[in-house]
Amino acid sequence: MLDISTWFNDILAGNLIFTAQTLGYYWEGLVTTTQLVFLSLVIGLVMAVPLAVLRGSKHQWIRLPIYLYTYVFRGTPLLIQLYIIYYGVVFVDGIQESFLWPLLREAFYPALIAFTLNTAAYTTEIFHGAIKATARGEIEAARAYGMSQNLMMRRIILPSAFRRALPAYGNEVIFMLHASAIASVVTLMDLTGAARFVYARYYAPFEAFLFVAAIYLCLTFAILYFFRFLEKKLLAHLRPLS
Amino acid sequence: MLDLQGYGPRLLEGAGVTIQLALLSLALALVLGLVTASAKMSRNRLVHATATVYTTLIRGVPDLVLMMLLFFGGQMGVNVISDMLYDNFGIDYYISFNAFAAGVLTIGFIFGAYMGETFRGAFMAVDNGQIEAGRAYGMNNWLLFRRIRFPQMMRHALPGLSNNWMVLLKTTALVSVIGLTDMVRVAAEASRATHEPFVFLLPVAAAYLVIASVSEWIFARLQKRYNIGFGGH
Repeated sequence: MLDISTWFNDILAGNLIFTAQTLGYYWEGLVTTTQLVFLSLVIGLVMAVPLAVLRGSKHQWIRLPIYLYTYVFRGTPLLIQLYIIYYGVVFVDGIQESFLWPLLREAFYPALIAFTLNTAAYTTEIFHGAIKATARGEIEAARAYGMSQNLMMRRIILPSAFRRALPAYGNEVIFMLHASAIASVVTLMDLTGAARFVYARYYAPFEAFLFVAAIYLCLTFAILYFFRFLEKKLLAHLRPLS
Repeated sequence: MLDLQGYGPRLLEGAGVTIQLALLSLALALVLGLVTASAKMSRNRLVHATATVYTTLIRGVPDLVLMMLLFFGGQMGVNVISDMLYDNFGIDYYISFNAFAAGVLTIGFIFGAYMGETFRGAFMAVDNGQIEAGRAYGMNNWLLFRRIRFPQMMRHALPGLSNNWMVLLKTTALVSVIGLTDMVRVAAEASRATHEPFVFLLPVAAAYLVIASVSEWIFARLQKRYNIGFGGH
């Protein structure tokens, strides 16, 4: 361990801005950003699947509220949603006495709630579109086999819709990573927050922000290639033969 | 009734800033997008590579980070230039850094990359026979662009454009973070001062929904206009 830190200090020798300490801030920021984005995406995904199915329900009183939810969350800036939850959570009746209060008092959880609700709304619409685009023949074939509505949903419609939604969902993941930068606005030390801190401390905008931009770029490419790999695996049957 | 506690006029002013900012950045993004799309379709490798680097870099980095980079970096750059003018030429001229202009430039610059991708796809979707027919009529490149490629391309580009515009509109909220007084900033300040976040933030959210709905209506009409002669839609 000592070896690594001396080696590190040697490399950084003479560098006024990127010291072991500031790199530590960036590292903590990377951890916070990853946690925030990963958790909100996973919870959002879990919420979005049933919502997408119900969004296509025959009953108006099921379909309309979900449509309203996605319309509002997709039509307003995430920053506003974050402000409403971050500043508004205090005013929910009895929240300060509840067991959740120690969590909600920190900026992380209001941000997580805002991001989750936001990505769930977008993902619901992506999946809903994919479900709607299911080929009629697949549904007819499932019916001909005597499948019930639930079995058909589970075995035919959803798997095929997931595959079709994959490219759009990959974009949503990248969008979420980029949108997470606004967490720094509510005092969270995410990647962007670390960059703002370094900027403010050393008055070095180019170094601070170009470095963080490079990290985001690497993350974006990693996500991009991961989804390309998934598409290649899961959409292999759609590739041209030659 | 909604009591805005005297913040009403400032909120309206902020809404004005949001709309101006969005429209001006849209204009810049459209111009940059057309240039980028042409560059991407160019046979010159250097031009092509420059456009590819531009769109890839911009789309790989969060808007807020780009905004801070250009805004804080631009501020510093301007200071350096005015210092240099003073030191070398004795000109005592302070160049002020306009936050609004910086916002327009940044958002326009970011969305130029997205528009470029949309336009490129749309240009490529135009039937080659149309262009050959135009050539056969002896049209020069500019006339071909104005009469055939552009109107035909718009038909394919409109859904993407409408999408980009909606994202752009919501991105304008970020300028409140770097110090521009748009409606989000006024609402956030008022919430902090009065401890009544819902009174200010919910109407602003509703304002975004109204702008989005109006633009949806406008885009639907444009779509109809550019689809004349293609039936359906």
